[in-house]
Parts: sequence; C-alpha cells; structure tokens
Amino acid sequence: MSISPGLQATPEARELSVIFNRADRIFRRIVTAGALTSLILLGLIGTFLFVRSAQIFNDRGLKFITGSNWTAGSGDGVIPDDFSIGPMLTGTLLVSLIALVLSMPLAIGGALFVEFYATPGLKKVLTTLLDLAAAIPSLIFGLWGVVFFSSYGERWSDLLNSRFGWLPLMEVQNEVFGRSPFVAGCVLASLITPIITSVSREVFSRTPRDLVDTCYALGSTRWGAIKTVVLPFGKSGVIGGAMLGLGRALGETVAVYLLLNIVFRYNFRILESEGGNIASLIALKFGEATEYELKALVAAGFVLFLLTLVVNIVAASIVERSTRHR
Amino acid sequence: MSTIIAPAEKTEVVPEPITPWKPSQKTKSVSIIVFLASLFLSAAIVLLTGLAGIDGFGLALFCVVIVVTTVRNLRSNQKSRKDAFVGVFVASAAMLAFFPWMSIFASVIVKGVRGLQPNFLVENMQFTTPDDELNMGGAAHAVIGSMLMVSIAAAITLPLGILSGVYLTEIRGRLTFLVRFVVQSMSGVPSIVAGLFVYTTFVDYTSKFSGMAGALALAVLMLPTVARTAEEVLKLVPDDLRSASYALGARQWRTSLMVVLPTVRSGLMTAAILGVARVIGETAPLLLTSLSNNSFVFNPLGGPIGSLPTYVFGLLQIGTENSINRAWTGSLVLLILVLVLFTTARYVGGKDKK
Repeated sequence: MSISPGLQATPEARELSVIFNRADRIFRRIVTAGALTSLILLGLIGTFLFVRSAQIFNDRGLKFITGSNWTAGSGDGVIPDDFSIGPMLTGTLLVSLIALVLSMPLAIGGALFVEFYATPGLKKVLTTLLDLAAAIPSLIFGLWGVVFFSSYGERWSDLLNSRFGWLPLMEVQNEVFGRSPFVAGCVLASLITPIITSVSREVFSRTPRDLVDTCYALGSTRWGAIKTVVLPFGKSGVIGGAMLGLGRALGETVAVYLLLNIVFRYNFRILESEGGNIASLIALKFGEATEYELKALVAAGFVLFLLTLVVNIVAASIVERSTRHR
Repeated sequence: MSTIIAPAEKTEVVPEPITPWKPSQKTKSVSIIVFLASLFLSAAIVLLTGLAGIDGFGLALFCVVIVVTTVRNLRSNQKSRKDAFVGVFVASAAMLAFFPWMSIFASVIVKGVRGLQPNFLVENMQFTTPDDELNMGGAAHAVIGSMLMVSIAAAITLPLGILSGVYLTEIRGRLTFLVRFVVQSMSGVPSIVAGLFVYTTFVDYTSKFSGMAGALALAVLMLPTVARTAEEVLKLVPDDLRSASYALGARQWRTSLMVVLPTVRSGLMTAAILGVARVIGETAPLLLTSLSNNSFVFNPLGGPIGSLPTYVFGLLQIGTENSINRAWTGSLVLLILVLVLFTTARYVGGKDKK
C-alpha cells in the first residue's frame, strides 16, 4: 500500500517577509541618503554649470556652438565680446576620434595577446602592469609626448604628408608638423589604450572556457576559436570599453594642452599644426579671463559635460547590457 | 600517449591532460632562433638603409617577420597559415600597445632619477628659481600639498562610497539600477568639469582659491571609483554570512554594520587606496581650484597651495633645461606614489581572499 498522496506533496515554501523595525528603517534611510549623494552631485554639477552660464546661452544662442571666434572685448564696447566654441568642439571630436581609431586595433590585439597568446607567467606580469599603466596620470603622458614622442610624431606626419598629401585629410598649408591633431591624437591614443585593453581583457577572460576548449576539440586553430567564440562573446564589452576610452579622450586637458597648438579656426587637416579642445581651452583662458569670459568658459564646460555624459551613458548601458546577458 | 591507459590498480591516478597542439621543444627553439635571426636582420636593415630609429627598427622587424612567416608556412594548409599571420598581427599590435607606457616608465625613471636628491624631498621652491641647479630647492611643499588635499578628499569620499556600496549590495532598494548607472556615468565626468564646478560653487562662495577647494574637486572625481570598488568588494561577501546573522536574530543594521562591513575591512581600504591613486595625478581640476604655491602651506583654507601635478605642470611651461629635469623628477615621485598605492592596494586586497 502506498503512502497517502497528501504526504507526498512537498509543503509550499513559506513566503519570506521582512519586518523592519525603527532602527532598521533609520539605517536604511541613512544608507539611501548616502547612495543618493552621487545622483545629487551629478545633478548639482549640471545645474550649477548651466545656471552660471545661462547668460551666455541667452546672449549668444546657437552661435555659441557654431561660431568660430574667441575674442575678449575691449570693455568699452568698441570691440564687442565674441565667444564661441565651434572649432574647439570639432577639434575635441577630431582629436578623440583619431585617438580612438588608432587605439582600438592596438587595444584589441593587446588584450588578445595577454589573454590567449602570452605564457601564464607573462600574462600575470602584463595584467598587473596594464592596471598600473591605466593609472599613469595624463600629465606624465603629456610630458612624455612633448619630450619624447613629438619628434617621432613629426617624422611620421612628414612621411604621411609626402605620401598621402593629395588626400584633403592629410594636406598641410605650412610644413610645420609638430603640435598637430595627429600628434596629440597619437599621445591620446597611447593614453586610452591601457584603459580599453584593460576592459577588453577583462571581458575576454570571462569567455566560457568550455566553449574555447570545444573549438580546440573540434580541430580549430587559435584564431578560429578567437573569431568564432571570443570576439562575438566580448563584442559589446569591447565597445563599452571603447566608449569609456572615448569619454576619457573627450575630456582630456593637460596632455592636449601641452601637445596641441590651439588656434581658433575650423581645421580638419590632421597634420596641420593647429587644432583645439574644449578642456584645454578652459585651462588656457582661465587664468586671465574677464568675468564675462569666465561665464563663457563655464558654458564651454557645460557643453563638454553634456557631451561626455551622453558618451558615458551609452557606454554604461552597453556594458550593463553585456553583463546582464550572462 | 601511453599515460592515458593507466594500470588497473592505479585508477585513482588522474592522467595528465595532453595538449597535442602544444609546440614541441624542437619547434620552440627553432622559432626562437628564427626570431633572433629576424632581429639581427632588421637591425642590419636599419644600419644599412634609410630606415632609422626605433620606429624604423619596428617596421623592419615587422616586414621581416611577415616574410619569415610566409616562408615557414608555405607547406601548411590555409587555416594554419591564417592562424600564424593573425598571431603575428596580434603580437605586433600588443607590442605597439605596450610600447608607450613601457617607454614612459623607462624615461621617467632614467630622466627623473638625476634630480632625485635629498633636497628634492625636504626643501621647497620659495628661494629657488626653477632654473637653478638641481641640488637647490625641492618639491616637499608639493608633496605635502598633494597629500593634504588627497587625504581630505579621501575622508569625504570614503564614507559616501561605502554607503553607496552598502546600498547596492545590502539594501537593494528601488533605486539600485539608477544609483549604479549614475555612479558609472559619473566616473566619466571630465576632470576639468569637476574643477569648474567647484570653482563656480566653493571658490566663488569663499572667494579664494584653497586646498579645500582642490580637495572637493578631487572628491568629485574619486567618488565613483571608491563606490564601484566598494560595491565589488561587498559583493564578495557570501550570502551565508548574512543568513547566519539573521538566523541568530540580528536585524539588518546589525548584520550590515557588525558582520558584513568588518568582513571586508581591508577590501574597503583597497577601495580608498584605488580612489587616491586615481586622483593623485589629476592636474586640470587643481589648476582651477587650488592653483599652486612655492612655499609650505598647511592650512587647507589658507589660500593657494602647491601640489605635485601643478608643480610639474608649471615647470613644464617654463621649459628651460633644469626646469624640465625638475619636472621629470616630480613625475618620478608621482609615479612612485601611484606604484606604492597600487602595491599596497593589491597587498591589502589580497588579504581578504584568504
């Protein structure tokens, strides 16, 4: 005779409930308040920058973004104030894009090398060094760029110009090759490469080992395994890392300040010795700015803030999505 | 292959996994010899032809290796040929990617060590011009200023960072997603924007530049790093520990404060150290908030204050030989500080896992 069916049924799981007493509620409130400071801080940054620069946006409207002059007025109205950031905005994008284009292949190659080609001992050393390299202050990159890299940069620019000078991108008006968007972009590329490499390596290392081993078991070569498993798996993580690097490049100040000849003119010839960047504009003009000019600088900072915020939100959501799918 | 069939009485012995794709000792040594030969060949190319410098050498080496790979893979099938070429490309990309920061480490050490004399670490620049010989003046004021600002920033950020970590792992309220999102996007706020923010608020309010203002700007940049690391560390606490605490009758606040947080004490130290390492080299925000100073300042509210990054930056702009040398030495000190912080963070963080 079998046991009665009532006994066989597993009892339903009791619903768990939590009752917070007063101490708990106070604790939760304090922690929540602490966690919300970052939210409030971000809001405050946006609000304050906007409020302090509202006059500029009011006075100049869209011309602040599209115009190409940065002239402090004479004060008596003979020469009017004329502040706009057009060339700086396009310059920021240009230099950052150069940096991103140069660093992406290097970063992916570096991450693949560390994760799949290096011997275990070398891998350990390189991973540690990579984390350290991502923490080198940008000032030191700038110093290295000025003293060490710029001569190479000039040589490469000269070479590029003599071979590809017929391209509109590569032509120059003055044969001075230093302090160009290309040179600044190269140094920025070496600055963001460790960051992108670090993120990509992290993502690649999370590839399920089984899948890679399955590839090998099916007779795949190392490249076959990387192409069919590792790269598709890590794609969104790599894109997220690239966006983080781009955000870093967009907001970089001192390295660009030291390596770029800041000129207020639209320039898309990457080898020409003139360019701009919003962050370095702020650093350059801050010292001797008049009150109205300061407001314009704050407005420029606000534009930069919005730009990087958009890039970072996109990056954060890509990274978030790529980690949630696992 | 014989190791796979183990004797019957020794079944508990696990056979060594075999890796048939692993190169044998012979192919390895052949590869090394071929690589050394390519090194010599490219050195010869650099010496004999128009190519010159490190970049020329790299280019020559790349071409030689490509040719050698082609020749060596003439008889293999298409797949392994492709694999070999991709290997060459990946390795060269890695070399190019690692070259800049290796070169930075090397040049900072080589050029900075000359000025690293005792006076550099004890004297200030009050009575020394940047152009004076390297045995005069120093950066002690800058080191002290940096330390002062970074400590204040850490003191502000650490509690806030821990609180948001606790919120994300212990409380897990409705705003979890939003908080995590904001922390992530805040880590991308450009440093100069943080400086501008503090300039328009604190500096404007107190109407003077000060170390406190610099510390606040650094705190804005430090908070996301600390909060994220704190969250990662708190995630590592096993749920059993919390359950055990609840089972013993502890409330949530006691569980969090007396069980979870003490478990990861050293991990939270790591979070603080990583945050400090993130901001210690920041220059741009300090240019707008704390400016620089050539003498010792110990009062965070007492006007402009020196710091290592602004010290190096100022010297770079002067641009004479001695001032550049001083800048290298300042960078060396900065790099050593970052290195020490990182090593400490690793050492302290490693303790938790045991």
